[in-house]
Amino acid sequence: MSEYILEMRNITKAFPGVKALDQVNLKVREGEIHSLCGENGAGKSTLMKVLSGVYPYGTYEGDILFKGSVCEFKNIKQSEDLGIVIIHQELALIPYLSIAENIYLGNERAEKGIMNWNETMMGAKELLDKVGLSENPNTQVGSIGVGKQQLVEIAKALSKKVKLLILDEPTAALNEDDSENLLALMLEFKKQGISCILISHKLNEVSKVSDSITILRDGQTIETLDMRGGEVNEDRIIRGMVGRDLTNRYPERSPRIGEVILEVKDWTVYHELQAGRKVIDNVSMNIRRGEIVGIAGLMGSGRTELAMSIFGRAYGRNITGTLRKDGREIRNQSINEAIENGFAYVTEDRKEYGLILMDDIKRNISLTGLSKLAKKMVIDDREEILVAEDMRKKLKIKTPNILQKTGNLSGGNQQKVVLSKWIYAEPDILILDEPTRGIDVGAKYEIYAIINQLADEGKAVLVISSELPEILGICDRIYVMSAGRMTGEVGREQASQETLMRYMTKNGGA
Amino acid sequence: METLKKMFKNNIRQYGMIIALVVIMIFFQIITGGLLLEPINITNLILQNSYILVLAIGMVLVIITGHIDLSVGSVAAFVGAVAAIMMVDMQLHPVIAVIVSLIVGGLIGAWQGFWVAYVRIPAFIVTLAGMLLFRGLTMIVLEGQSIAPFPGGFQKLSSGFIPDFGNTGTNLIAILAGIIFTVIFLINELRERKAHKKYNFDVLPSGLFLLKLVLIAAVINAFTFMLASYAGLPNILILLLVLIIIYSFVMNKTVMGRHIYALGGNEKAAALSGVKTKKVTFWVFVNMGVMAAISGLIFAARLNAATPRAGTNFELDAIAASFIGGASATGGIGTVFGAIIGGLVMGVLNNGMSLVGLGIDWQQGIKGLVLLAAVAFDIYNKKKGSAA
Repeated sequence: MSEYILEMRNITKAFPGVKALDQVNLKVREGEIHSLCGENGAGKSTLMKVLSGVYPYGTYEGDILFKGSVCEFKNIKQSEDLGIVIIHQELALIPYLSIAENIYLGNERAEKGIMNWNETMMGAKELLDKVGLSENPNTQVGSIGVGKQQLVEIAKALSKKVKLLILDEPTAALNEDDSENLLALMLEFKKQGISCILISHKLNEVSKVSDSITILRDGQTIETLDMRGGEVNEDRIIRGMVGRDLTNRYPERSPRIGEVILEVKDWTVYHELQAGRKVIDNVSMNIRRGEIVGIAGLMGSGRTELAMSIFGRAYGRNITGTLRKDGREIRNQSINEAIENGFAYVTEDRKEYGLILMDDIKRNISLTGLSKLAKKMVIDDREEILVAEDMRKKLKIKTPNILQKTGNLSGGNQQKVVLSKWIYAEPDILILDEPTRGIDVGAKYEIYAIINQLADEGKAVLVISSELPEILGICDRIYVMSAGRMTGEVGREQASQETLMRYMTKNGGA
Repeated sequence: METLKKMFKNNIRQYGMIIALVVIMIFFQIITGGLLLEPINITNLILQNSYILVLAIGMVLVIITGHIDLSVGSVAAFVGAVAAIMMVDMQLHPVIAVIVSLIVGGLIGAWQGFWVAYVRIPAFIVTLAGMLLFRGLTMIVLEGQSIAPFPGGFQKLSSGFIPDFGNTGTNLIAILAGIIFTVIFLINELRERKAHKKYNFDVLPSGLFLLKLVLIAAVINAFTFMLASYAGLPNILILLLVLIIIYSFVMNKTVMGRHIYALGGNEKAAALSGVKTKKVTFWVFVNMGVMAAISGLIFAARLNAATPRAGTNFELDAIAASFIGGASATGGIGTVFGAIIGGLVMGVLNNGMSLVGLGIDWQQGIKGLVLLAAVAFDIYNKKKGSAA
C-alpha cells in the first residue's frame, strides 16, 4: 500500500471563462494533518468539492487516488462511503433536532425504517465522548454554542467511519478556547490514524498543528512545505500564498488624534429574549476624532451587543446609560437616528446582515445614502453610477463592472462594498465588527489601509476583532471586554497579546 | 460568435416570458383561425383582464417584499359591495363613492399591514384570515343578494372609450396615441443606451438594438391600429397604462422602490442600512388594499352589479401573474412589467381557450400547468446563468 492515503493528480477544473484549478497536485500521507493554504479564490474550496464529489467525475480532468485505487465519485454519498467527510464552514446542522438526531441524520440507526432510539442515543453518547463534548444527546442543537455545534459536526463525521476528515475554516466562528480544543482534538484523531485536511486562514493554527502544508495560488499548486522540521514560519507561508514578501502586515500610520467625539457612560443592556439577563453591564468608554480604538474580547463577551445597542438600539432591551457626541447628549433611538447622528456599523456577518447578495454592487453601495442621491424621492441614477464607480476605484473593488451581483464577489471584495456603502453615508463614527473575517491576507492589508485613511480624515473608528494581532497592529488604544464588562483599557505601547488575554479572561471570559 | 451566443443567452432570460406570450398568441391565432387578433377580441382582452392586471401590479410589490396577499379577491368583492351600497342604495355621486371606496381599500390594507409588519404574523396567515373575513363581510353587507344597476357614469369606467374627434370611421385618437407613445419610447431607449455606453456597461449590438426598436414600435402601432378599427381606446386601458408607468417609475427610480427591493432581498441587512422595514412593509400592504379596491370597482362596473361571489380566485390569478412574470417567491426579485406580461399570458390563455370552446375544467388545468412550467423555466434559466 502506498504511503499516501490521498493523491490528487493534475486536477484541472474549468468553468466557462475561468480555469479554477490548473494541474493541481495534492498528496496527503496516512495519518497526517495536511493544511491547504491560499488566498480566497485560490481554488481550495473547488479542489475539495472535486474531492468530495460535489463536482462529479467527468466534469474535471485528472485522477483521484484514495488508498492507492482510482476513484470516480459521482456524488457526495460515494465519497462518504469511503470515509471522506467534509465539514463546511457553514455548519449543516438542523437547529430543532437533537444532537443525536443530527449525528445520525441521513445515516439513521433504524430497522426497516423504524428508528432504533436506544442505539441512536447510545451511539451518540459514545461519539460525544470521543470528541469530548459532555452534553445530553437529547439536547436541541440550536440551544448549544457554535463551538459545541462544531464538535457535533465532527461526531457526525466520526459516525460515518471517517478516514479522511476535511475541515473548512473550522475555527472561523470559534473563540480562542474552543479553537484550542478543536485543534487538540485534531491531534488526538491523528494518533488514532485519522488523516485531516485543514483549510484555514489562521496561520498560527496552521503552523501549530500541520505536518505539511500545500499552498495554492490562482488555481495552481505553488509548493508543499514539510512542517515537521520546524523551520517553516508564518512569514514563509504568507510569502508562498501571496507570491511576495509581506514584510509588514499592517500599514504604517502616524495618528493625529483630536477631541473626544463619542462618550458612552454607564451603558447597560439586557438580553433580547431572556429577560433579566444583563448582556452589557455598566460600560463606559470614549473615542476621539482620528483615533482607532479596538475592542478585544472573547466571543460572547458582549462586543457585538455593545456596538449594536449603540447603533440605534439594533440589539437589546431596557437599554440605559447616556451617549454624548461632541459633548451633546444624543439618544440614537432608532437605526435611522443613529445614521443621522453620524454613526455607521459594519457587521461581522456581511452576508446575513451587511449585503443584499442578489443586488448589484451599485445598489448596495447607494442603499444607505439613497436620500443624498435623490431629489424629491427620485433617484438620480447617473449620479449613483458615478458614486459607485468612484468607490470601486478608491477601494479597489475587483470586479468587471459595478453591475455585478455582490453574491458573486469574493469575501474581501464584498467587505469593500460594505465599507463603500458606509463611507458614502459620510459617518463621523465607524464601528467595524470583525472587519477582516474570512478575508485573505492581501485584501486584509487593503482593508487596514482604508481604516487608516478614514481615521486620518478625522473620523473615529471602533474596531471589534477576535484576532489579537490585528487589534494590536492597527489600534491606538484598546478596550477589553469580558462577560459584558469593561475589564481593561490599554494604550498601544503597553499592549501585548498576554495583557489582553489576561483582561479578556477576567471574571470568566464569555 | 461567442459574444452573440452570450447575448442571446442573456436576452432569452430577460425576454423569455415575452417570447412565451408571443408564441401563445401565435398558437391561438392559428387554431382559432385568426379570431384572437381580431380588433374586437383585442379590445375584449383588455376589458376582461384589466382588473387582474391592476391586482398583479399591487401583488408583485407584495411578493417582492417577500410576502403574499391571499385576500385581494375578497377585498375587491367587499369594496365593490360597499361602492354599490353607496351608489345604488344611498344614491351618492359616483366620484364621492369611488373616493370613499379607495379609502376603504387603503384601510383594509392598513389593517393587514399592521398585523404583518408590526405584529410579525406571516402574511400568508393574516391574508388567509382576511380572505375569509372580507368574503364574509361582503355577504353580510349585501345580505346575500346582488345589487344592480350602477349609474351610467360609473359603468363607463370599464366599458367606456375615449371619445374621438372627427368622423372618419377609424379612431384617430388611438392612432395618434400610438405614434406619440412610440416616439417617447424611442427617445427613452436611445438616451438609456447612450448613458450605458458612457459607463461601459454591456449594451446590445447596434443591429439587434435596431431590430428591437423596430419590433416594439411595430407592435405598439399595430396594437393601437387594431383598437382604432374597433371602438378606440378603452378608458380602462388609459388607467392601466398610467398605473404601469407610475409603478414602474416608483420601483426603479425612487427611494421607496429601492427600499422595497432591499427589504425583500435581505430584510436584516436593509434594516441595518437604515431602511425602515416595518414602515415599508406596512405601506406596501396599504397600497395592495387600494389596488384591490380599484380592481373591485372595475369589476363591479364591468358586471354592472356587486355580487357576493365577485372576485373569487382573483388572488390566485394575480399571484400566478407575478410568478409567471419572473418574481421570486423568496422576495427581492420581480418587476411590474413582468407581472403585466404574466397577467397577459394568463389572459390570452383564458381568452384563447374560450374561443376554441374548451370548458372551464380544461382551462383551469392548463393554466395550472402553464404556471408550473413558467416558474420551472425561470429557475432552469437562473441555474444556467449562475453556473456560467
